[in-house]
Amino acid sequence: MNSGEMISVSNVDKFYGSFQALTDINLTVEKGERVVICGPSGSGKSTLIRCFNGLEFHDSGSITVDGIEVEEGSKALKTLRQEVGMVFQQFNLFPHLTILENLTIGPIRVQKIQKAEAEERARKYLERVHIPEQADKFPAQLSGGQQQRVAIARSLCMETRIMLFDEPTSALDPEMINEVLDVMVELADTGITMVCVTHEMGFARKVADKMVFMEAGRILEISEPDKFFTNPDSPRCKLFLSQILEH
Amino acid sequence: MRNLIKRLHWIDYLILFVLVAATAAIVVRVGGVLNYDWRWEKIPNYIFRYKESEERWVANLLVQGLVATVRISIYASILALILGVILGVARCSANLTIRMLARTYLEFLRNVPPVVVIFIFFFFLSEQLIVALNMESWARSIARQENNAIWTFLFGDMRRFPALISGVIVLALFESAFVGEIVRAGIQSIDRGQREAARSIGMSWFQEMRFIVLPQALRKVLPPLANQFISLVKDSSLVSLISVPDLTFKTVELVASTRLIFEGWLTAAAFYFVICFGLSLLFRRLENK
Repeated sequence: MNSGEMISVSNVDKFYGSFQALTDINLTVEKGERVVICGPSGSGKSTLIRCFNGLEFHDSGSITVDGIEVEEGSKALKTLRQEVGMVFQQFNLFPHLTILENLTIGPIRVQKIQKAEAEERARKYLERVHIPEQADKFPAQLSGGQQQRVAIARSLCMETRIMLFDEPTSALDPEMINEVLDVMVELADTGITMVCVTHEMGFARKVADKMVFMEAGRILEISEPDKFFTNPDSPRCKLFLSQILEH
Repeated sequence: MRNLIKRLHWIDYLILFVLVAATAAIVVRVGGVLNYDWRWEKIPNYIFRYKESEERWVANLLVQGLVATVRISIYASILALILGVILGVARCSANLTIRMLARTYLEFLRNVPPVVVIFIFFFFLSEQLIVALNMESWARSIARQENNAIWTFLFGDMRRFPALISGVIVLALFESAFVGEIVRAGIQSIDRGQREAARSIGMSWFQEMRFIVLPQALRKVLPPLANQFISLVKDSSLVSLISVPDLTFKTVELVASTRLIFEGWLTAAAFYFVICFGLSLLFRRLENK
């Protein structure tokens, strides 16, 4: 494997029973690269990135993330998941813990660092997502946009090298989308490796190094954003873009 | 009160009348036909009695039994909660063998009468355990010690410790199946995203359960757990069958030696009622907070 590769996917297939969710997926993500995956719903985008940190497992082919082979039951999964942060559509904050505890539980319990150090780290990342004042509240007391920013901070708190975003703005009210996207743009500028499933094409145009278009479990197009938005090779991709960009 | 009277329909009066008439009939029958001689004045003496040699009031049969019932209930609840959580987690396990074992245990308890279960647990498990751990002689040696006040406070007369502990084990094993079902429902009510989030920050299965799933699940099922705890207090009367000196056992003793049949059982009923109803009021208040 080339030392610059963070994620490398080759010939991956995945089935749910007899339904084929992913078909012959090949993709590499370089260190520090920002990749945006888009496509109609049900096209396997989420399934694909969920295979990157072992929330789902592929049936054939291979996925290597930061030098670790992703395999069901593998002992290295725990290490892998500490390297890879994930932000979910539904935030999935822990409702019984305060914001600060949501951020520190990973570092304290998984990485076994001291509580004081973890809290210091947590406050630093809360600062970075612009909500340091919410530290002692519970998730239910925050707006959707704030919750999603906390979720981003929670992943960052593990000092991850790769961040996966699974439609991070799809469950948000329109006026809160921008505050989350702004944080993501700032994050992109730090040089972290990002893979993002999203329909936010403005965001994609701003940060993406590479665009991926999927449909029906296949990757139909991988290209630079300039080419992707102006002249994609696949006609299906062209149609998709015209449909979501028209409004 | 006036509103209540206004809202009563003639049918309500009829029902109340029938109830009063039935009660009166029973009282008349007990007093007249059976020629029963009510001796309520004897009962207080079996609650507390004045010990002349020590010149102080000491607990008599009924209170001794009540205290034993409370002890058994508390220890059995703690043990049942621990076993129930393990069982509930096992019921949600990805491993088929573990899931089937937990299921078998539950179905056994659900489909066999409690009294039979209690005897089986007693003879097959807790008696063997007590013999195997040599608990009998251990408890006696503590009973002989000078400073056994803490032990006595916690477990009562240490010479009866094996009986108490087998009551606790039997009751806990019995209730744990039902606690397990409640815990399982709680675990399954937790959104899948919670577990995925826990896993995606690198938590192991155990950490995920310990820090994320169980704290939320148990909080959700607190009301049914409280109800189960009240059931446990009532079910504790079953352990009198294996000679655990609880309230029911002591009432049997009292009735056998004094023939205060109605008074004895009514008093025991009142004791159980006060404990269980008190607990249910307490839990309701805690729930509202």
